[in-house]
Amino acid sequence: MKYQPPGTPGSVVDVAPRYENFIGGKWEAPTTGEYKPNLCPATAKPICDIPKSAAEDIELALDAAHSAKDKWGEASTAQRAAVLNKMADAIDAHREELAVAESWDNGKPVRETLAADIPLAADHFRYFAAAIRAEESEITEIDKDTIAYHFHEPLGVVGQIIPFNFPLLMAAWKLAPALAAGNATVIKPASPTPWSILKLMEVVGDIVPPGVLNVVNGPGAEIGKALAANKRIAKVAFTGETTTGRLIMQYAAQNIIPVTLELGGKSPNIFFGDVAAKDDDFLDKAVEGLVLYAFNKGEVCTCPSRALIQEDIYEEFMGRCLERIRAIKQGDPLDTETMIGPQVSKQQIEKIASYVEIGVKEGAELLAGGHRTTLGGEFADGYFYEPTVLKGHNRMRVFQEEIFGPVLAVTTFKDEAEALALANDTLYGLGAGVWTRDGALAYRMGRAIKAGRVWTNCYHQYPAGAAFGGYKVSGIGRETHKMMLDHYSQTKNLLVSYGTKPMGLF
Amino acid sequence: MSVSSAIVENGTAGRITVTRAARRAIDTLLAAQGGPVMFVQSAGCCDGSDPMCFPNGEFLLGEGDMLVGVVHGCTFHMNADQYEALGRPRLVLDVEPGTPGGFSLAAGDGLRFVTRTKAPERHTS
Repeated sequence: MKYQPPGTPGSVVDVAPRYENFIGGKWEAPTTGEYKPNLCPATAKPICDIPKSAAEDIELALDAAHSAKDKWGEASTAQRAAVLNKMADAIDAHREELAVAESWDNGKPVRETLAADIPLAADHFRYFAAAIRAEESEITEIDKDTIAYHFHEPLGVVGQIIPFNFPLLMAAWKLAPALAAGNATVIKPASPTPWSILKLMEVVGDIVPPGVLNVVNGPGAEIGKALAANKRIAKVAFTGETTTGRLIMQYAAQNIIPVTLELGGKSPNIFFGDVAAKDDDFLDKAVEGLVLYAFNKGEVCTCPSRALIQEDIYEEFMGRCLERIRAIKQGDPLDTETMIGPQVSKQQIEKIASYVEIGVKEGAELLAGGHRTTLGGEFADGYFYEPTVLKGHNRMRVFQEEIFGPVLAVTTFKDEAEALALANDTLYGLGAGVWTRDGALAYRMGRAIKAGRVWTNCYHQYPAGAAFGGYKVSGIGRETHKMMLDHYSQTKNLLVSYGTKPMGLF
Repeated sequence: MSVSSAIVENGTAGRITVTRAARRAIDTLLAAQGGPVMFVQSAGCCDGSDPMCFPNGEFLLGEGDMLVGVVHGCTFHMNADQYEALGRPRLVLDVEPGTPGGFSLAAGDGLRFVTRTKAPERHTS
């Protein structure tokens, strides 16, 4: 089926001509009085106007967060969990509306947002609602009369900067643990995708106490720094590229506050020869596993953008994969049959085109795609790019740099040692995939690959409860797991003596 | 090349050159900022391929960073490991319509800086 574009008759999504910041539980106009059109990547036409805020708006959001933080931090875990569960219920109740808004804002196909982004967002709130209820403080008996109590306390007010590739899901990844742990937050959405999170605020804004959750849109150079370098935040979380990641650490160093960072990858997806030992469901699953590089049009930090295939099965296996790649349906992101939508912005598609050109100039062989997709009618100006495959070797630039598009770099390997060497020959260490029918081989590879998440005989699954984060330059911290509560908590130790005798030193 | 090595003249001898449009954008930006700016080539997720433009000194350079060249009087830096991993590319700083990524300054109204790569020398495997 096809959903009607937001704001048109019959659409499940209403669109206001103009949106505001969400501060202190209210819609507040930016102090600048300035707005900016937010474009739909499928049509290159404006959806609505979004605030072009300044540092003053961040200060207002921080005022609201600081006035709300004590009450929220002192709320019982049962009360906080109830709020998170209500948020999850509200997200589920508005699944179609949020899915369509997310597709239209980002370009990702609605089949993905309906099946993954929105239900997963709801589930992350439920997971952290459960985790905070089950969290226990630790008591250490130092000796018979001396007890160390360890209490988890909220950090206070945190700053969270969200990427454009999964605007709602990444917001959920960051919001859920922060709120569960009792913090108030100020969120800066990514500039290309400022709108869907405001639709989320329409859905959950009344559930959260005013000031606990604040959203400010605007240019990164002004409000990004104003938030990340602010003396009034106790922690900053960021997903994005390495330079901003370093800058955020630098600001955090000046304020001596913790950071969590997720900065991308160039993830290897490794297919051992035995995947083709039988023509069965598992082989079919492995073929799909390779084609997952096109998931979310390749705009995924863990995009399996380097396929390493054992040379004895290369021809047969790649043949099957190319057939599957040719069958990818590209077009209207609001059509549930569509598998790949437009890239998020004009600049992204131009970047992709330039990388493919670099790859070909470096001597890579173009096995599929390699061009912008020309669609007619309302999508004529959309940012569509063909699912592309380049065959080459691991020292080529297209194997080393994150392209953030539907571009797969493929190469072959002889044996386990070479597979491992190629897998680890990257500056990054976020994700990896290993495909084999041999459990012991899968285990050895999984342990030896320097990456935070090694999908084994699967890929691109993001369940709450599995820790996600990077090795090497891919970042610091582990999201989507209860250990994230630690990243949003302070530890208070009470060291108590129940003895009555003096120490006898003075 | 390290940060401390001699500054090459206006990028003409460095590993980065600058287009006329980018020179004009830098002139405008310097006037608006009232001071010099610096460039840092980013990597990784989202806006990873963008050259980030900051007020000079905003980004703290480390021993692992290198000076790629000087563009229209502004230093252009990159992490040295990244430079090696990318096969020591020869870069061109340009501008195009769009919004800058991360915390980068814009290249003027509705413009952003972008790095393009000169045709690489062919690698052999």
